[in-house]
Amino acid sequence: MIKALELKNINKKFNETVALDKIHLEINDGEFFSLLGPSGSGKTTCLKVIGGFEQPDSGNVSLFNENVTDIPPFKRNVNTVFQDYALFPHMNVEENVCYSLKIKKIPKIEQESQVEEILSTVKLTGYEKRKPSELSGGQRQRVALARSLINKPKILLLDEPLGALDLKLREQMQIELKNLQRQFQITFIYVTHDQQEALSMSDRIAIFNDGKIEQVDTPDNIYKNPKTAFVADFIGTTSLVSKQLAAKLFNYNSAFSIRPENIKINNEQDSKSEFNAKVVVTDIQFQGSYYKILCKANDLTLTTLHYVDKQKTFKINLGDSLELSWNKIDITNIND
Amino acid sequence: MLFRKKKNLNEASLGLKIGAIFGILFLHVPLFFIILYAFTTEDKSYQFPPPGYTLKWFSIVLGREDIWNAVGLSLQVALISTLSAIVLGTLAAAALFKASFFGRDYITLLIILPIALPGIITGISLRSAFGVAGIPFSTWTIIIGHATFCMVVVYNNVVARLRRSSPNLIQASMDLGANNIQTFFYVILPNLGTAILAGGMLAFALSFDEVIVTTFTAGQQTTLPIWMLSELIRPRQRPITNVVAVFIICITFIPILYASYMTRNTTDTDGSSK
Repeated sequence: MIKALELKNINKKFNETVALDKIHLEINDGEFFSLLGPSGSGKTTCLKVIGGFEQPDSGNVSLFNENVTDIPPFKRNVNTVFQDYALFPHMNVEENVCYSLKIKKIPKIEQESQVEEILSTVKLTGYEKRKPSELSGGQRQRVALARSLINKPKILLLDEPLGALDLKLREQMQIELKNLQRQFQITFIYVTHDQQEALSMSDRIAIFNDGKIEQVDTPDNIYKNPKTAFVADFIGTTSLVSKQLAAKLFNYNSAFSIRPENIKINNEQDSKSEFNAKVVVTDIQFQGSYYKILCKANDLTLTTLHYVDKQKTFKINLGDSLELSWNKIDITNIND
Repeated sequence: MLFRKKKNLNEASLGLKIGAIFGILFLHVPLFFIILYAFTTEDKSYQFPPPGYTLKWFSIVLGREDIWNAVGLSLQVALISTLSAIVLGTLAAAALFKASFFGRDYITLLIILPIALPGIITGISLRSAFGVAGIPFSTWTIIIGHATFCMVVVYNNVVARLRRSSPNLIQASMDLGANNIQTFFYVILPNLGTAILAGGMLAFALSFDEVIVTTFTAGQQTTLPIWMLSELIRPRQRPITNVVAVFIICITFIPILYASYMTRNTTDTDGSSK
């Protein structure tokens, strides 16, 4: 497989704040790769280092096995879709999309046909003469995409591109982005703080926390086998049991994480599992197709799910005592 | 019934409307009188209504060299101080907007100060500074005095525009393959252009009718507003002053109207009133 990007030992400090701490990362050609983490975790800084907008204090950036650490952004075959789109407000859609072709001094006739083609790809035909201020959020997003894609970059960097859109539009754009990536067959490096977005779109994800990468893996591996407590907690819902508590309650010698769908609510007739806990219901949240049930027993906090079934009338109330159980195969050991 | 009629809350009340009309009249009726008395046949006092109407004052003004010298000097001063204000104000705005260093807020305050400071203070301090430095009064001392407050107008306009622009525009341009020079001409300049122009026009209008700072820095020279002041003391041929005032109204009105047209839909024409 061809390596589209390689980051070697990247360090970056802003004054005394460490933004990136010994970052190693390899991204394959054609991958949809997400940098996921809470705000301030260093994911955007990492993207800016890749794009050439931030110079790392130390370390190497390679694109397709070529060291580009000291090469300015306008000479890198990489394009960025900015969080606020950064459309040029004094230019109309056509001029915005055409900008890089104008800079490259490509003949006018060729410019026109390329602009026409890319605008039809992002479904903006007919909007050529509009100013960015006359477009909706979703349309601006498409202009920003078209403006970058017309360059045929080998890598497209996207900095929380859907952050400003409302939920429905965001879901629709997720599908479109994924389709565009398949169509153009280029590498997407996608920064987001929305774990749902990262899980549903990415081939692989790097989880950022405090300037470090906690884990790099496929979405389902990250969900099923989180390596650290942070990853387990950040991705999806989980119940974390510390090493101390695990030893005391379950006679188990490691801290572990357990996903809510793996915790069973026992009826009296069920046979015993490897892990059992008697708990009290502290909160019930209706989520549509299921209820999320938060339970507590002394120091132990567990979250489980209860699916709504029209046939069954198994009712759980606040303050009920429940018996929860799960097996060893359901849990993930984590370094505490 | 307590509520007899549904009131449209968006419509102003009668009292407010009358107040607004009086406000506008109070501001603009004097202008009307200035224009009216440029055509009067009576040359010593302002009697109402004017005993007769004539255009002879316009021809007298055309023949008076001292007026045209004053107009020339005023235009020269306004032009040069506006141009230097555009360069200095834009550069100061760019520097103070982007950089963050110790004492930045104080420097910002010092730049804006001349517009808040009474003209008489600016005038006196410049006069004594020129005196200490041994600089003789000339057109250039007037220009320096005017540039101090003209710069603020340009600075304010440009800073307001920079604040509203996306900080990523420059990065986006570089990302799309443009180098520094291309980015400057294709992205930065067109974006700041209207703000600079609007600021420059306001600066021009401010400089053109400035009296106080000019009095302290002009020495023996006469700009147009100063000529008018001295003319008012003499009681003969009063309407000449009115004719010149009509000229000034026209000259300052055009750039102000154009500036507000350029920056319509925006709210960044700061410092438009001094």
